[in-house]
Amino acid sequence: MTGPTAATVVEARELRRDFGRIEAVKGVSFEIGAGEVFGFLGPNGAGKTTTINMLCTLLRPTAGSATVNGFDVRRQRSEVRRSIGLVFQQPTLDEYLSAEQNLRFHAYAYDVPRDVREPRIRELLTMVELWDRRAGSVRTFSGGMKRRLEIARGLLHHPRVLFLDEPTLGLDPQTRRHIWDYLLRLREAENLTIFLTTQYLDEAEYCGRIAIIDRGEIVALDTPDGLKRSVGGDLITFTTADPAKAVADVKERYGVEPTIRDGTIRFHVAAGDTFLPEFVRTFPDPIQSVSLHRPSLEDVFLTLTGHTIRDSELDARQMLLQGAGRWRMGR
Amino acid sequence: MAEIWRGTWVVAYRELLRFVNERSRIVSSMAFPLLFLVIFGAGFGRVIGSLAPGVDFIKFMYPGIVAMSVLTSSLFAGVSVVWDREFGFLREILVAPIGRSGIVLGKAIGATITALLQVTIMLILAPVLGVSLTPATIAQLIPVVTILALGLSGLGILIASFMTSQQGFQLVIQLLIFPLIFLAGVFFPVNNVPGWLEVISKLNPLTYGVDAIRQIFLGSNASLGVTVLGHTMTVLEEVAVVGALGTILLGGAVIAFSRQE
Repeated sequence: MTGPTAATVVEARELRRDFGRIEAVKGVSFEIGAGEVFGFLGPNGAGKTTTINMLCTLLRPTAGSATVNGFDVRRQRSEVRRSIGLVFQQPTLDEYLSAEQNLRFHAYAYDVPRDVREPRIRELLTMVELWDRRAGSVRTFSGGMKRRLEIARGLLHHPRVLFLDEPTLGLDPQTRRHIWDYLLRLREAENLTIFLTTQYLDEAEYCGRIAIIDRGEIVALDTPDGLKRSVGGDLITFTTADPAKAVADVKERYGVEPTIRDGTIRFHVAAGDTFLPEFVRTFPDPIQSVSLHRPSLEDVFLTLTGHTIRDSELDARQMLLQGAGRWRMGR
Repeated sequence: MAEIWRGTWVVAYRELLRFVNERSRIVSSMAFPLLFLVIFGAGFGRVIGSLAPGVDFIKFMYPGIVAMSVLTSSLFAGVSVVWDREFGFLREILVAPIGRSGIVLGKAIGATITALLQVTIMLILAPVLGVSLTPATIAQLIPVVTILALGLSGLGILIASFMTSQQGFQLVIQLLIFPLIFLAGVFFPVNNVPGWLEVISKLNPLTYGVDAIRQIFLGSNASLGVTVLGHTMTVLEEVAVVGALGTILLGGAVIAFSRQE
């Protein structure tokens, strides 16, 4: 839950990538420590996949530098690739092979020693609960099963970092939760660092730290709680028989400016979960009802960027459409 | 270097695995040559009669059909590349720490082995068609088919490197495959046709592959063979032509394939 520790696994410095005149990623910097779950949260077209592709050596940066496991992503591409596991946004399984055959192909391609290979395949397939289906053709698998298989495959060669690009995109909420159960369990068992991109706010909650990315720039980077605190903390609402007196008492005791709406008194505190019991015990007036609202990451995103994740997605699509129109006219 | 070899064998291994997993492909890839052999053989056999002493139409056509089945199964290397791109598996291959040239060689070797398997099935039919088959024939056939198949799979991968959709690739292949087959002397001796057809046929590299295989089965025969500038080509010369062109195609495939991001 803390920032980068002694062992920095991923380090990006002013990493930047242009596609023609479009600046997809405008110089991002961050560090990820060993064992962290680090999330890139942002709408489609924000530059998440571009960043992950640069870190995985699939895309050359226009400027800036980055290291993964101490290897330079420009000059030591092969070393970087051997030391990371990758799960892409789109499925990359051979549907006409069985689960086991897919894993074995990966093991051969990454030169996993023979004596390690079979026990490792068994261990991972068991962990993602696909061991019983190992001989089944991937074609017959559900979306969630395919994802689990890809995660298992990504870990086969003992990488120290697992990169996941939108790991649960298009899966239903229940399946998403399952995938996360597996991921967190694997992280525990493998002592793994996880870097993921997501546009799901609930998914970002699983991360130790989150970088909020919008239009190619990191607009905030903190723990989920830290981000929520940064937008004014938790909201306490309560009712008493005498609201006017309660407002004065709150003002006097906590030095904040409460507001009254529909007879309910509302005010913000930094850490509502510890504040609330204390408040209820010591407040002089009899409290009739009380509630605590923690800001969501959606609130954070809205505060920081001035728009919601869904809105910016529409923007991006519109930009694309206009761009395509211009291109056609240009021809 | 180790990365290239590992890439070669792991990609080839998967090609074969898929070939074995998909029984329908084995059947469908054999259907085309067999259809030609049966229908053309039955249809033209009586009309055409004998093309040279002791060589009837079926005996003449059979080696050409063998070459044709090599062509179709070799070009499948390209189908497989486009296929992988469309279904995403190509990314898994491209990010693995294996050399790009290894990937191309692996696809080519995979296709070559499937071509050899197809030829084996065709050979089983030989006695039924009255084509004589000796151990010497088979021993000569293996290297010639291998060289031809490697070169043709290079052609397939080269085209596939520029194609993103299965439909587009199929279209190009269809446009290519029919002229290649019909102008390769599979169905008629290229020395005995109108001048313009003769010129085109002799520019077609597959012609030399077909004739090399035919000479292995039927022996050298001036009236059936390929004459270039008054010289009747020998098997060795023809293999050299096919080999040289194959090297260029395969090299081109490696370069084109390595260029993609």
